[in-house]
Amino acid sequence: MKKRNLTFYLFIIPVLLWLMLLIVFPHVDLFLSSFQFENDDGVTVLSFNNYLSFFEDSIYWLTFLRTALYSISITVLAFVVTFPVAFYLTKVVSRKYSSFFVLLLLIPIWVGELVTIYGWMILLSDYGVINSFLIYLGIIDTPIVMLYTDFSMIIGLLYMSMLFMIIPVMSALDSLDDSLIEAASDLGASKWTIATKIVVPHAMPGIASGGIMVFMLIIGDYVAPNILGGKSSLWFTEQIYNFFLTTINWSQGAAFGFLLLMLSSAIIWGVLKLTGQKLERVGS
Amino acid sequence: MDHILEVKDLSKYFVGFTAVQSIDFFVEEGGFFSILGPSGCGKTTLLRMISGFEEESEGDIIIRGESMKGIPPEKRPVNIVFQNLALFPMMNVEENVAFGLKRQKISKTEIVTRVKEMLDRVGLNGFEKKNVTELSGGQRQRVAIARSLVLKPSILLLDEPLGALDRKLREHMKIELKLLQKEIGTTFIYITHDQSEALVMSDKVAVMNKGRFEQIDTPKNLYKNPKTSFVAGFVGESNPFEITSYENGVLTTSHGWKLTKPNLDYTPLKLFIRPEAFILNPTEDLEGIDVVEMKVKTILFDGANTKISAIITQSNDEVLISLPQNAQFEDLKEGDMVKVGIHQDDLKCYKD
Repeated sequence: MKKRNLTFYLFIIPVLLWLMLLIVFPHVDLFLSSFQFENDDGVTVLSFNNYLSFFEDSIYWLTFLRTALYSISITVLAFVVTFPVAFYLTKVVSRKYSSFFVLLLLIPIWVGELVTIYGWMILLSDYGVINSFLIYLGIIDTPIVMLYTDFSMIIGLLYMSMLFMIIPVMSALDSLDDSLIEAASDLGASKWTIATKIVVPHAMPGIASGGIMVFMLIIGDYVAPNILGGKSSLWFTEQIYNFFLTTINWSQGAAFGFLLLMLSSAIIWGVLKLTGQKLERVGS
Repeated sequence: MDHILEVKDLSKYFVGFTAVQSIDFFVEEGGFFSILGPSGCGKTTLLRMISGFEEESEGDIIIRGESMKGIPPEKRPVNIVFQNLALFPMMNVEENVAFGLKRQKISKTEIVTRVKEMLDRVGLNGFEKKNVTELSGGQRQRVAIARSLVLKPSILLLDEPLGALDRKLREHMKIELKLLQKEIGTTFIYITHDQSEALVMSDKVAVMNKGRFEQIDTPKNLYKNPKTSFVAGFVGESNPFEITSYENGVLTTSHGWKLTKPNLDYTPLKLFIRPEAFILNPTEDLEGIDVVEMKVKTILFDGANTKISAIITQSNDEVLISLPQNAQFEDLKEGDMVKVGIHQDDLKCYKD
C-alpha cells in the first residue's frame, strides 16, 4: 500500500509543479501586478486605473472590439471553409487516402507560422506571384494591393488556424453513422437539409471545440496581424506587446492581458450558451 | 391483384464479383414478401437497388408501372427501415416521425395530426417528446417503422430490423409486424437470414443464394416442396445424405443405407429428410414406407422441439428425429433400439 502511494506521488508531483509553477503562479503574479499603479508622486499604489484606462481611451476598447469581431468572423469562416473538407475526408474518400490528406494538412504546422506567413507575403505582395500572374494574363494593369491589409491578415490567420478546426470536426464526423444520412435521404431530404439537420447537429461538439481553439488562437495571435496586417492592423495583442516592450508599462500590459483573457472567455461562454453546448462535452 | 413491384432481369456487378444476378420477380399489392438468404447472398444489395442507394448494372425495377431508372432515393415511393434503424439521435420521437413529412409541402397542422395518428397506430402515444435514445429496443423499432409508414410509401422495405433484438422480443415483434402490415395494407418487402421470421410473417418468400433466387413460393410450399437442394437444406431442419447410386427404384446413401423411391426420371445425388418425417414405431399395415432399425444415441430435450439423435444400424448414418412430447415415448432412453418408418414422399431428392 505504501509503495503504491510513493509511485502515486512520483507521478503527481511533476503535474502539480507544472500546473503551479508554469500556470497558476505566473497568472496570479500577472493578476496582482495588473492592479499596481504608479501615481503622480512616483509611488506604486493599488488601483483600478490600469483597467479604467481601457474604457477611458476609446482606441483601446475599439481595438478590442475590432479584434473580437474579426476573430469571431474568421472562426466562422474557418468552419465554412473546412467543414466540406472534413466531410469529404471522413465520409467520401477511402480511409487509406484520407490519412494521407490529413498529413498534407499538417504541413503548414510543421513549417511554422512565421515561414508560412513569409510564404503568403511572396504570394500577396504588389509584385508577388498573384499580381504578376494577373498582370501577365492582362486581367489587370496595376497591382492590386493585398499585402498589409485586413485581407492579407485574415488569410494568414485563417491559414494557420484551419487545421485546428478540421481535426475535431473530422473526429466528430467519424462517429456519424452513414445510415443516418441514407435514412434522411430515403425520407425525402435534400442534400442541404441533410447537412443542416443531420450532419452539422451531429458534429456540433466537434465544431464547438474546434471553434474555441481557433478563436483562442486567432484572438491571441501576434505574428500574423503584425506582419501581414501591416501598420494599420490594430490587433489587441499588439497593444499588450507595446505596453510590455515599447512603453515598458508592465502593470498596464498585465491588466490588458487579463482583459483579453476575460473577454475572450466571456465570448466563448456566451457562444456555448447560445448554441446549447456543454463545455464538458466539447472538451471530450 | 396488381403488381406493385416488378423486377426484371436485375443484376449488380461489383469489381471482382457478382452480387445479384439476373433476378426476376414481382410483388403483389398489399403483400408481405420476404427475401430469405444467408449473409452475403446479395439480399441487401437487392434491397439497396430497390430503394435507390445502389444503381443496377443491368435490368429494371418497376414500381406501380414506372421504371425507377435514374430516380434518386428521395424521389422513390419506397421507404426503408434500416438494419440499425438509423433513428436520428438529435431529435425526439415526434421529430423523427415528422422528419419526412416536413420535407414535403404539407401544412403544419396536417403534419401534427398525421404524426399523432401514426404514433397511435404503433402504440407510442405519450412518447412524443422522449428522446429516441431513452426508448427500449421494441419502441425504437416502432419509431423507425412509424417514421417510414407516415409517408404512406407504396412499398416499405425492411432490412433485418429484428436482428438486434433479443429472442423473446423478436418473437413478439414478428407477430406485431405481421398484424401491423395486415392492418395498414402497405406492401412490405422484408429481408432476413432468419427463416422463422420469413416463414411466420410472409405471404411469399424468395430464397436467395449467391445472387440468385432459388425459389419463390408460399412459406408452406417452400417447406413442403423445396425445389432445390439449397432450399431443402436452408429452410427448416433436414437430415442431408449423399446418394451414391439409384437402381431399380432404390437409393443408396454413401454409408450404404438403402431406401425405396420409385419413379425418379433422373439420378439423384442428394437426399433430404425432415426430422418430423420419421415415424417412430410405425404400424405394419402402412403403404409406401421403409422401416429401419435405429439405436438412440442421445435425447436432445428442447420442449416441443425435442429431438433424438439416432444411428441407423444398417449403415451407421446418424439422423435427427423429432420426438413428440407425449406419453407414448416418455420412457425412451439412450441405447434403446427403435423401429423407424419413412414414407417415400418424404424423401426429397435432388440432382445437384
